[in-house]
Amino acid sequence: MTDISILIGGKAGFGIDRSGLIIANILKAMGYRLYIYRDYPSIIRGGHTFSIIRAHEEKVASHKKRIDFLLALNQDTFDLHKAKLTDNAVVIYDSDSVKVENLPAAGPSVPIPIAKILKDDSAPEIMRNSCIVGALCKAAGISWDILDKEFRKDFSKELDLNLKMARRGYDSASEIRKISLIDQKKLPLFSGNEATALGLIKAGLKTYIAYPMTPTSPILHYMAGLADEFSLKVIHPESEISVILMALGAAYCGERCAVGTSGGGFCLMTEGLSFSAMAELPVVIVLGQRPGPSTGLPTYSCQTELHFALNAGQGEFPRLIVAPGDAEEAYYLSQAALNIAWKYQMPSIILTDKNMGEGTYSFDNGLVPDIKEEDPVLWDRKGPYSRYLDTETGVSPLAFVPEKDNVVKINSYEHDESGLTSEDPATTKVMEDKRLRKSEYLAAELARCEAVKIYGNKKAGTAILCWGSNKGVCIEAAKGLNLKVIQPLYMSPFPLTQLKAAMKGVKKLIAVESNATAQLVRLMNQYGLDADETILKYDGRPFSVEELEEKLRKALK
Amino acid sequence: MRDLNTKAVNTWCPGCGNFAILNAMKSVLSSLGDEGLPLENIVLVSGIGCHAKIVDYINVNSFYSIHGRVFPSATGIKIAKPGLKVIGHAGDGDAYGEGIEHLIFAAKRNVDLTAIIHDNRVYGLTTGQYTPTSPLGYKGRSTPSGTKEMPINPLELMLASGATFLARGTSHGLELLKKIIREAILHKGFSLVDILQVCVTYDNLYEYYDKRVYELKDHDAGDFDAAEKKIREWDYNKDAPIALGVFYKKDAPTFEESFSGKGLTETERQKKIEALMAEAV
Repeated sequence: MTDISILIGGKAGFGIDRSGLIIANILKAMGYRLYIYRDYPSIIRGGHTFSIIRAHEEKVASHKKRIDFLLALNQDTFDLHKAKLTDNAVVIYDSDSVKVENLPAAGPSVPIPIAKILKDDSAPEIMRNSCIVGALCKAAGISWDILDKEFRKDFSKELDLNLKMARRGYDSASEIRKISLIDQKKLPLFSGNEATALGLIKAGLKTYIAYPMTPTSPILHYMAGLADEFSLKVIHPESEISVILMALGAAYCGERCAVGTSGGGFCLMTEGLSFSAMAELPVVIVLGQRPGPSTGLPTYSCQTELHFALNAGQGEFPRLIVAPGDAEEAYYLSQAALNIAWKYQMPSIILTDKNMGEGTYSFDNGLVPDIKEEDPVLWDRKGPYSRYLDTETGVSPLAFVPEKDNVVKINSYEHDESGLTSEDPATTKVMEDKRLRKSEYLAAELARCEAVKIYGNKKAGTAILCWGSNKGVCIEAAKGLNLKVIQPLYMSPFPLTQLKAAMKGVKKLIAVESNATAQLVRLMNQYGLDADETILKYDGRPFSVEELEEKLRKALK
Repeated sequence: MRDLNTKAVNTWCPGCGNFAILNAMKSVLSSLGDEGLPLENIVLVSGIGCHAKIVDYINVNSFYSIHGRVFPSATGIKIAKPGLKVIGHAGDGDAYGEGIEHLIFAAKRNVDLTAIIHDNRVYGLTTGQYTPTSPLGYKGRSTPSGTKEMPINPLELMLASGATFLARGTSHGLELLKKIIREAILHKGFSLVDILQVCVTYDNLYEYYDKRVYELKDHDAGDFDAAEKKIREWDYNKDAPIALGVFYKKDAPTFEESFSGKGLTETERQKKIEALMAEAV
C-alpha cells in the first residue's frame, strides 16, 4: 500500500506552511488521503520550521518518523532530519545554501540551484517554494499538468512567475521515485480548526468572538474570512474577559455564539464561564491545548487542560466537554456542542489541541453523522415570564428581549425564578438543584449516542485508551499490533456506562496521553476505573506511528 | 403605563445617593415610555456593588453581570440587537478599576450605549476601601494611613478614549440629574454620565459637593477644547468648582452599525457549506 512521507523545511518566514499545503493539494488531486503535521517555533523570522505531508491510499491522521522525500530549503532541515531518511529516500535541496555531505543512506539527491534560478528572473525569495515543489513533482514523476492546475487554484497573485519558478525547478530535476496516481474519490483538505468553524456555522452560529491565541487563532481568521458569505459577526475584542462577556450578552438576546482560546486565555475566561453557568446563558468555548504551565510552548501541542476544563470556574455547575480526535469529529462535535449549549443552557467546551487544530486532514463528509440544528426550549408566552422557572429537567423556557409586556432578567447572583437576587436558603437549594439536574438529562441524552468509540480488533484482550488528537496514531499503531482502541468523545458528563461496556473483555488497558500525569486516567479513577499501563509524552510533539508502536511493544511484554 | 417597581426589597442605606439615581432612572424611563419608546426595548446592565442593586429595583429587562464587566456585556447585547436601548450601570470601582480597559474600549468603539457611573468614590459593599476616584490621602480600610496615589479624572480619560457624550451629575439635585440622564440615553453613540453619588455610610460628601457644584452655562459641548478645559477644572482631588451638565457631545458612526449580516436559514447555510466543501476538492 502506498504510504509516502514528505518533509519540507526551512526558516520561519520561508512560507513552508503554504508549500506543505500545495504539495498536499497536488497529492490530493492524485487521489491520496493526506495528513499534514506542522512544526514551527513561536517566532516570525528564523528558527526551524517544517511540515510533514503524509500521503496514503487510506485515511490517515498521524505522521511517520521515516521520510521518503526531504525538501531542504536550508541547512538545518537537512542536518536535523537526515537520520530519518529511508534507504531509497530522495533529498531535494537548494544547492546554493545547503551542503548534503555524509548522506546516511545511499539515496539519490537532487541539487537545485534555487538562489540562482530566482536571481535569473529577479523572483522574490518566497518563490523558492515554488521552485522546490516543481523539483519534487519531477523527481516523483508527477505530471506537470497536475502541478499547473493546483498552482492556478492556489495562487491569486504572481501566478505566472510562480509557475515559471516551478517549471525551472521541474526541469532541473529528473524522475527518481515515482508517486503513482490512485483511482478513488478525491476528498477535500481541512484543518481541525476549519472543521470546527464549519461545524459551528452549520449548527447556527451567528457570532464568533476571540482574542488571538495559538492554536485557535486560525478559527478567528477563518471565520473572519467567511463572515460575509455566512452572515457572521466576527469580533476581536480587547481581552478574553471581554470575549466571553460579549458572547454572554449576545446569548441573552438569543444569538448563538462561540469563542476560541487556549489555556492562558481560558484562565481569563473562567469568571465568565462561571457566570454563564449561574445565569444559564449558553456559550461554546473552543479550548485549544498547548504545553504549559504559563506561556509554555505556544506553538506546540499537549493534552493538559482536561482537568482545567472540567473544574474551571467558582461554584459547582454542569458543563459539556467534547474532545474531537480529527477533522470529521471536530465538525460533528462542534455542532453537538452548540446544540447542547442551547438545549441545556450551559457552557460547552470543545477541547482541541495544536496538533488537531492546525493539523490538516482529508475530510470525508460521508463519515459525519447527520445532525440538525435543534431549537432550544422556548417560552410559550403564557402568563408572566419567569426566566428561571423551576422545571422537571431543570431547563427553563427561554424568552429573548424584547418581549412585549414582559421582562427578561438574568442574574449572576443567586436568584429566584423571576431572576431577582435572592439569598434565601430554600431558594438557593432549589436553584442549585435545578442547575445540576440539567446534567442528569444531558447524561441520559448522551447515553443514547455514540459517546465512546471503539476501533481496531474489537475482541482483543489488550486495548489502547486514548482521547483527542492521539486517535489517529493510536488506531494506526493498534493495527500493526492487533489491539483494540477505545476513545471517549465526551468528557463531561462522563460516559461511564459506555466506557465500561467498551472495556468489557479487556484484560490489559494501556492509556496513551500527551501529558505527564495521565489526565484521562485520573478522571476514570474518580469513577473506579483504572488503566494498567500509561504511555505519556509531554515534550510538545506528537507521537509518530513508529514511536508509539515501539512503546506499545514494550508495554505488551 | 407599566409599573416600574419590583417586589425586591430595597437594601440601600437610608440617605444613600443611589435612591436619587433610582428615582431619576424611573422617571426618565417612564417619560420615555410615555413618549413612545417601548419599555421592552430597554435593557439595564449592571456590575457588582451597591449600584448594581438598581436592576433588581426596576421592572425592565436586566442583565446583572459581574464586577467590572458591564461594558463587554452591554456591547454583546448591542451587537446582537442594535435596536435595544442598553444602559450600563457601574460603580467607580467597577468601571474605573476592575473594568477600566472595557470602558476605554467601549468609548473607543463608540458603542451606542449609556454608561451611568455611580461614582461614590468609595467601595461600599466591601465596606469602605478607596477607589480610583478617591482623593489623595483617602483613609479607607485598606489604606488606614491614607492613599499614596492620585485619583484619575474619569471624564478626561473618557474624552481621550473617544467617548462621544460626557456629562456629570450629582445625587443631590434630581431635576438636573434627570435632564442629563435623559440626554445621555437619547444620544446615539457611547455616552457616559459620572454621577457624584454620595455614600452616607463611608464617605458622606453631601456638604462638600453642595458648596462646590455649579451647572454649566454658555458652554459649547461641541467644542472639544472647551470640553477638555471644563473637564480639567476639577481633577477629583484639588479644591475647585465642580461643573455639572454635559461637557462634550459629538456625532460619530457607532460600532454595531458596522455589522450588516442578515443571517441565513439552516438550508442556506447547509448549501453554502456543501458548496465550500465541493470547491475544496
